[in-house]
Amino acid sequence: MAGVTSFGAYIPWYRMNRKVIFDQMGWFNGATAGVARGEKAVANYDEDTISMAVAAAIDCLTGKSRAVADGLYLASLSLPFVQRQNAIIVSDALNSRSDIRTGDYTGSLKAGTTALLAALDAILSGSSKSLMVCASDCRVGKPGSAQEHTFGDGAAALLLGKEDVIAEFKGSYSVSYDFIDYRRLTEERFLHAWEDRWIREEGYGKIIFEAARGLLKKYNLSIGDFSKVIIPCPMAVWLRGVAKAIGAKDEQIQDNLQAVVGDTGTALSLMMLVAALEEAKPGDKILVLSYGSGSDALYFEVTSAIAKLGSRKGIRGHLSQRNDFKTYGKYLVFRDLIPLEVGIRGEQIPPTAMTVLWQQERSVSALVGVRCRACGTPQYPKHKVCVNPECEKTGQMEPYSFSDKAGRVVSFTGDNLAFSWDPPSVYGAIDFQGGGRLFMDFTDCTLDAVKVGMPVEVSFRRKYADRQRGHYGYYWKAVPKK
Amino acid sequence: MPKGIKDEVAIIGMGCTKFGELWNKTAEDLIVEAFMEALTDAGIDKKDINAAWFATEFDAENVGKSAVRLATTLKLPYIPVTRVENFCASGTEAVRAACYAVASGAADIALALGCEKLKDTGYGGLPDFGQLLGTDNRIILPNITAPGMFAQAATAYFAKYGLSAEEGKRALAHISSKSHHNGSLNPKAHLRNEVSEETIMKAPIIAWPLGLYDCCGVSDGAACAIVCRASEAKKYRKDPVYVKAAQISVTSGREFFHTSWDGSYVETTVRAGMAAYKEAGVTNPREEISMFEVHDCFSITELLTYEDLQISPRGKAVADIERGFYDLGGKIPCNPSGGLKSFGHPIAATGIRMIYEMYLQLQGRADKRQINDPKLGLTMNLGGFPAMNLISISIVGKDL
Repeated sequence: MAGVTSFGAYIPWYRMNRKVIFDQMGWFNGATAGVARGEKAVANYDEDTISMAVAAAIDCLTGKSRAVADGLYLASLSLPFVQRQNAIIVSDALNSRSDIRTGDYTGSLKAGTTALLAALDAILSGSSKSLMVCASDCRVGKPGSAQEHTFGDGAAALLLGKEDVIAEFKGSYSVSYDFIDYRRLTEERFLHAWEDRWIREEGYGKIIFEAARGLLKKYNLSIGDFSKVIIPCPMAVWLRGVAKAIGAKDEQIQDNLQAVVGDTGTALSLMMLVAALEEAKPGDKILVLSYGSGSDALYFEVTSAIAKLGSRKGIRGHLSQRNDFKTYGKYLVFRDLIPLEVGIRGEQIPPTAMTVLWQQERSVSALVGVRCRACGTPQYPKHKVCVNPECEKTGQMEPYSFSDKAGRVVSFTGDNLAFSWDPPSVYGAIDFQGGGRLFMDFTDCTLDAVKVGMPVEVSFRRKYADRQRGHYGYYWKAVPKK
Repeated sequence: MPKGIKDEVAIIGMGCTKFGELWNKTAEDLIVEAFMEALTDAGIDKKDINAAWFATEFDAENVGKSAVRLATTLKLPYIPVTRVENFCASGTEAVRAACYAVASGAADIALALGCEKLKDTGYGGLPDFGQLLGTDNRIILPNITAPGMFAQAATAYFAKYGLSAEEGKRALAHISSKSHHNGSLNPKAHLRNEVSEETIMKAPIIAWPLGLYDCCGVSDGAACAIVCRASEAKKYRKDPVYVKAAQISVTSGREFFHTSWDGSYVETTVRAGMAAYKEAGVTNPREEISMFEVHDCFSITELLTYEDLQISPRGKAVADIERGFYDLGGKIPCNPSGGLKSFGHPIAATGIRMIYEMYLQLQGRADKRQINDPKLGLTMNLGGFPAMNLISISIVGKDL
């Protein structure tokens, strides 16, 4: 039996009421009033596709070892790097081994299910025992467009294998078409779209229908056999049209997260699957559909093992933790859509020494420090001489992971002098459970929420962008436990 | 413990420029001005100097690396000249090196000069720290600034002693208000205005909980000292000032990397203070020290220093502050010059400038801010930030 063995998701803390956008841009495109409802999840300034994928992967690995066993695939239409594999950054952040297979899947909205099928094929063939698939998107809609309202940020992660399967993979059916609804060139920031009505009727309406019908016919099933049907249509009207064509009843239709998250691109089908699994009972059949340059249809059956899977934040947990994002100008800055007077401290980005990053091994990418074998003191970064004043032995160090440890605040400040995309820059000293001290940035919090002694966990974030030299630096930040 | 250099070395000449935003002065102008004052004060000739040490910190001030700029500016006659750099304590490092040269017999007369042109860097506040701590720290540390790192000493101290932000900030406001008062009496100070505690409390926050007036001036300036062997000092002047102790303590990394430090004190100040008291033979600092100049880069640093130097008991600095113990008319005046707060802080000149104030006070030349008959003065110069720093402490006295 092959299938999903664990699942996780990530939704950024910030949610923006779409009226905030419409109030600023509706004057230009009044037609967007139709999509200016509900709220969308907005990545913080230090989040991107990669950092959200790491967060979803960590959620998925709740209660398990952080490392992925045999490989990790990352699907996205907003990969930060065209060259430098994005998936390996996610895999390294989890401190996975290096003798694994990693890959980026991109190019169409259905890249999430394509990655999922590739991973399932590898599991079924026996070439891999355990693979992780992350789908993550942080797409930017052009100001004034409908996409500016509909796009939301988020990620899902699925762990796949043959042991402790919670949702068995029963089969799939795919169709591929060069249906040019949306397109974007490498050098372009925003996508181009053909007419909405054509995409709705000939694209979503017919192509998803064809994949769904093909799967039902191939496995001799009827739509009524499924407890949940996942149709990743961002528009409610479009979704209802597809559902009607397939014959799915209202109670079978998985919510498309539009009212609370938005269209998360390649991640949407997988996030909806995670939401469905959170509510599923053993024996439930789930039909997962995707869309984009064709459609994949996948069929899962939930097993009794789902009851043994420990709790995690998932979609439900992340939805319950939110903070209003109220300022459109701040959104434009966070997404690098307008120039900002950053001042001399923001302008100065010294070059990153790639040699140093390579020498650091997993210290930077996975927050791995050392622990002294002689006295047991965890310390960061990789000290050669033990920092414990009672010990100070040399050459006794073994690797020690901090990224999976909780900590507490020793001291903090909110610094208005330091450059930050979201001043004041909140940072301070964290003591980790089990030992070890790091001075870290804080994120996803306000200064007045931080207190000495409060518990924190760490989150993988984009630390800085060096656009002049085509580099993003990633590191870990402290987040107050919510 | 080594014997140390107590009473081996005397200061026979000092100079200090006015500190401030000296937009129209170059580093060369400041070096020459401080040097000429010291040379005249000592009554010696340039060729009498056998060795020199030059302190600078941020390179962006256009003097570059090495000691060449000092030698070429003053046209020093092919003598040994060395640049020293140890964060904001660089100035005291130059003095320490000059004292050791004289004490060892390697030089008869040695020069220490510190200069900094911060206002040629384009920054309000200090230039960015990124490169000060090395490449690997830039990729892991927050985008730290000096106020941000010192502010954490305030949050940690307030938390440890149960002070509300209001109570803590009021004690800090007294420190800054006192320093502004002292600075108003000092013609060479950068900031010469009186500022009330109320104004200080209401000032915009720079790094919580520190506001504008909790932070020192960012200045241009230079200061200079000329030293000789103590036994020769009276040949040059009737009132030389004798070096009683010159100690420095550099962190082992415990505070920054180990959980045994709670952030409410500065370990290196404690260590350097103990070593300096021992070298100088001071057993009860609260009774024996007449006055001190400390590194009040931020008001909280001055507060911690009162305790770390064993003058106020642990946790009791606020009580001493409130009763005016450290005011100009108090039992042990702190920062009679106005301190970094008001005199200003051109990094590598500061340590020498602190000694300059003790020198003037011991000679009775401090004019309106003269302390009554001081015997022993202490300077405490900090480089880095509370969690990772070095402390240089000097003790000087009027008698052998």
